[in-house]
Amino acid sequence: MSANAPTREVARRVFAAEFNDATYTFKESDDDRAPVYLLLPTGERANRVFVVGTLTETEDVGEDSEYWQGRIVDPNGDTFYVYAGQYQPDAAAALRDLEPPAYVAVVGKPRTYETDDGEINVSIRPESISAVTAAVRNRWVVETAERTLDRLAAFDDEANEYARMVEDEYDLDPHQYRDTVVAALESLEAETEEAPV
Amino acid sequence: MSDVRTHAAEIHEQFSDHIDASVDDIAERLRVLVDEYKVPMEEARRSVESHYLDEAGLSRDDLGGGGNDTVQVEDIDTPERWVDLTAKVVELWEPRSDAVGQVGLLGDPTGTIKFTAWAKSDLPALEEGAVYRLGNVVTDEYQGRYSVKLNRTTTIEQLEEDLEVGDNTDTVEGALVDIQSGSGLIKRCPEEGCTRVLQNGRCSEHGDVDGEFDLRIKAVLDDGTAVHEVIFDEAATTELTGITLEDAKQQAMDALDTEIVAEDIRAQILGRYYRVTGPTLGRYVLVDEAEELGEPTDAESTLIRARSM
Repeated sequence: MSANAPTREVARRVFAAEFNDATYTFKESDDDRAPVYLLLPTGERANRVFVVGTLTETEDVGEDSEYWQGRIVDPNGDTFYVYAGQYQPDAAAALRDLEPPAYVAVVGKPRTYETDDGEINVSIRPESISAVTAAVRNRWVVETAERTLDRLAAFDDEANEYARMVEDEYDLDPHQYRDTVVAALESLEAETEEAPV
Repeated sequence: MSDVRTHAAEIHEQFSDHIDASVDDIAERLRVLVDEYKVPMEEARRSVESHYLDEAGLSRDDLGGGGNDTVQVEDIDTPERWVDLTAKVVELWEPRSDAVGQVGLLGDPTGTIKFTAWAKSDLPALEEGAVYRLGNVVTDEYQGRYSVKLNRTTTIEQLEEDLEVGDNTDTVEGALVDIQSGSGLIKRCPEEGCTRVLQNGRCSEHGDVDGEFDLRIKAVLDDGTAVHEVIFDEAATTELTGITLEDAKQQAMDALDTEIVAEDIRAQILGRYYRVTGPTLGRYVLVDEAEELGEPTDAESTLIRARSM
């Protein structure tokens, strides 16, 4: 074993509004098997994500074989799209079996897809989907808020190569995602206040 | 062997990859300096080394010896570095090969690390429980675990002081994002001292064997900035999931499939947040204690941080 054995990619934490704006992908080497990264607009590369939200709808959209689509909504009401087919049997089975609405945790790889009218859709190809509790979902919201703020705080750092890449590749203001964070935390606070004691 | 020849042989060893000079050539240079110019051996050696460094176009840092970093056990995270280390011999093990003079465990307050001394290096034997200052050892790595190798150029100085030895305990937390293969109900090789996990009833060392059941989880905790690989042994797995080894065997027998145990575990823990504590072994944390993390406690301060940005 060499010390250069590929290390596992970190699962990034990102709200759906930012994730769905991340339409640019890139590789860092010419190797066919090199990981593909999604460029997050707050200035980070993502080869894997971890999201927790409310599964609101599942549908088999496959033609010849099963191909499950799941909609997972974050506290801002923005949607992550998850697709699982025959090559993700565990995740496909989870989408088949789960009864919306349910809190689910998804570990997966970002995928982009260009539609006929040239729009780029971003989705998740899940490695796993599991039903979780509200506590896990709430913890994810706060953690994702923290990680997003960390990325924003590092954005103006000259040495932040992914932030510089964002300036080249995207026409958007990354600081709008601060508002995404505030909104997510406020909705969490509102939910907690409503919850029976 | 005369003093000059001993040093010449060591210098030859250091440079053998880089220059053609024979031990005799080196000995002659040393002899001239020591006998004719009355230079102390240490200085003579330095001078001769400099000569060959120039000849080979190397800097002193390219070789072992001189200018090493003095490190602690926990700092060792790169293979093939020449370092100096002060450590206590925690245990001596039985060498499995004639090439190995001594093998065992060294420790300092930051943790423990395996060491190997080659038989051909002809070093003085280390004693269990004694503390040594080891100059010029080389780091090595195998499957994520680091070790140090003592070699012909290693200097060994026994110290009178005692040294506290730490146990590398680490606490990590994050979402449990993956359960790796080899988790759940597994079988281990029953050969004495082997314990390798069997693949389809075969041990990679001992072939087809009648394995012994064990229960474990190899999992990945991910906090969004780093990943940590953690291993729950039988006791920790039972503590976490409520599944005992007996339950697991029964489950597998009923289903005629051992995989069902891993599936059950997966359904219970995947996607949840945990904080675990335990000693580190290479890149793994061996879980002693695990705690599932519930509702966030810091939402308010995160909101204040967001609003102030």
